[in-house]
Amino acid sequence: MYQSLKEIQKLSGHTDQVWCVSWSPSGTLLASCGGDKTIRIWGKEGDSWVCKSVLTDAHTRTIRAVAWSPCGQYLAAASFDATTSVWSRKSGEFECLATLEGHENEVKCVGWACTGNLLATCARDKSVWIWEVTADEEFECASVLSTHTQDVKYVKWHPTSELLASCSYDDTVRLYREASDDWESCAMLKGHSSTVWSVDFDKDGHRLVSAGADASLKIWQEYEPGNTEGVSTPDNISVWKCVCTLGGHHERPVYSVSWCALSGRIATASGDDSLCVYQEMPAEDAKNAPKFDIAVRQRGAHSEDVNCVSWNPVEEGLLASCSDDGSIKVWQVQKE
Amino acid sequence: MTFVTSFDSYLTREVDPHLMEYLESSVDGERIVPPLVDVQNVSKAETGSQSDMMDSELKILQETIYDLISEIKDPEKAASLEDLNVVSEDGVKIKRLKTGQVLASIEFVPTVPHCTLASIIGLSIRSKLDQSLPQKPKIDIFIKKGTHDTADEINKQINDKERISAAMENPNLQKLVASCTDPEALE
Repeated sequence: MYQSLKEIQKLSGHTDQVWCVSWSPSGTLLASCGGDKTIRIWGKEGDSWVCKSVLTDAHTRTIRAVAWSPCGQYLAAASFDATTSVWSRKSGEFECLATLEGHENEVKCVGWACTGNLLATCARDKSVWIWEVTADEEFECASVLSTHTQDVKYVKWHPTSELLASCSYDDTVRLYREASDDWESCAMLKGHSSTVWSVDFDKDGHRLVSAGADASLKIWQEYEPGNTEGVSTPDNISVWKCVCTLGGHHERPVYSVSWCALSGRIATASGDDSLCVYQEMPAEDAKNAPKFDIAVRQRGAHSEDVNCVSWNPVEEGLLASCSDDGSIKVWQVQKE
Repeated sequence: MTFVTSFDSYLTREVDPHLMEYLESSVDGERIVPPLVDVQNVSKAETGSQSDMMDSELKILQETIYDLISEIKDPEKAASLEDLNVVSEDGVKIKRLKTGQVLASIEFVPTVPHCTLASIIGLSIRSKLDQSLPQKPKIDIFIKKGTHDTADEINKQINDKERISAAMENPNLQKLVASCTDPEALE
């Protein structure tokens, strides 16, 4: 089942390394950010992607990550200047609505919950913050979670419920949920041998993929209370177990992983300048022992480290990546 | 070894209180450089007849890297890393990854096992190479095993590209590193 990646377009404009790319929920816009302290918004005109806006002056240092709200009207940006900016495009133009302060140092990532009512941020200060979005577009800190013992690299919300995943320089992944009146860490996923850079849920959110500096990927399966496998679930909380480890395809840290909700494919971006795409294969016991095969290995996808990869949420097989080489690329998976 | 003398002269005391924390990170510099090796040529490189030529290219790179890092100034002593035996030719190893990129692994030996500036040395080595090599290889920097009390911790920090980028956005740290990599410019 050989597949390949066709480079659709290379997007140039950023004047420094590009750290993150993020598709709007409708799949029509791509936001990017990086070392030049700007956010660029890309959209399609005719057959090609063009830069529609450049958002500047909100941050004084590198913008590490950008994330769209589920409604597509808001964009949040996390910066090394210790703040997170939130932008609204309700008026047609992007306007900076709020600047969230509270982290002690570099904010590494930001993400919106599926409901759009919550925002999560994480930082080198080892904490994860949960922010409530009020009806009048204000952001209030709902919880500060300090369970990681090191720099928190990335946060990702569950696709259908208010469950949050984070991963860290402390080599672990943690999950959080709202308990009776505060947020709590409800699971710790241990298995990677170095920094975990990125995580993503599958379409239904019963599986999670993690990737990191040990150059491997791990697939974690949720076992809910009362599961038929007989996996014990203390305190009636789901347990997550590693059911698959994929290694040997990247030679440098894996900085980003994206699990496509449309096709089930997993894409990875690495410090070895390459992109990989994995495809799930039929397995006898797909829940407890899934099988993934490498479908594409795009060596030299960029001329330097690839920092982020993201599947378009609407158009199947469309992929965006960005790199230290200052470029963004849009790719299409082709079956051969 | 303490955080004193030589850089107090130019590093004022309005230093970010988190500077010491930053010091536990390191650098990354200018970008947008073409890859060291044309990826299309990699398969050829792996075949016999070409390998000798490749070996000599790697050897030249190894020498170039050593020349560059040997002249870096120690963060607190008026001597180079070569003079202090912090770096050595044998400590620079070059190999080619399967993906075609060249990986340079650089090992250094802090002057004392509790050296508080080991991370600055790591940062300076990376910064020097980023500034000076026209084609940038992948770079790993490690403290030689058994020569520092917290080697594992520092090794992880000085090879985390995100922390390096963040650290090098700190102007005080930039100055400190520049004083090691390019001492004349500050005089």
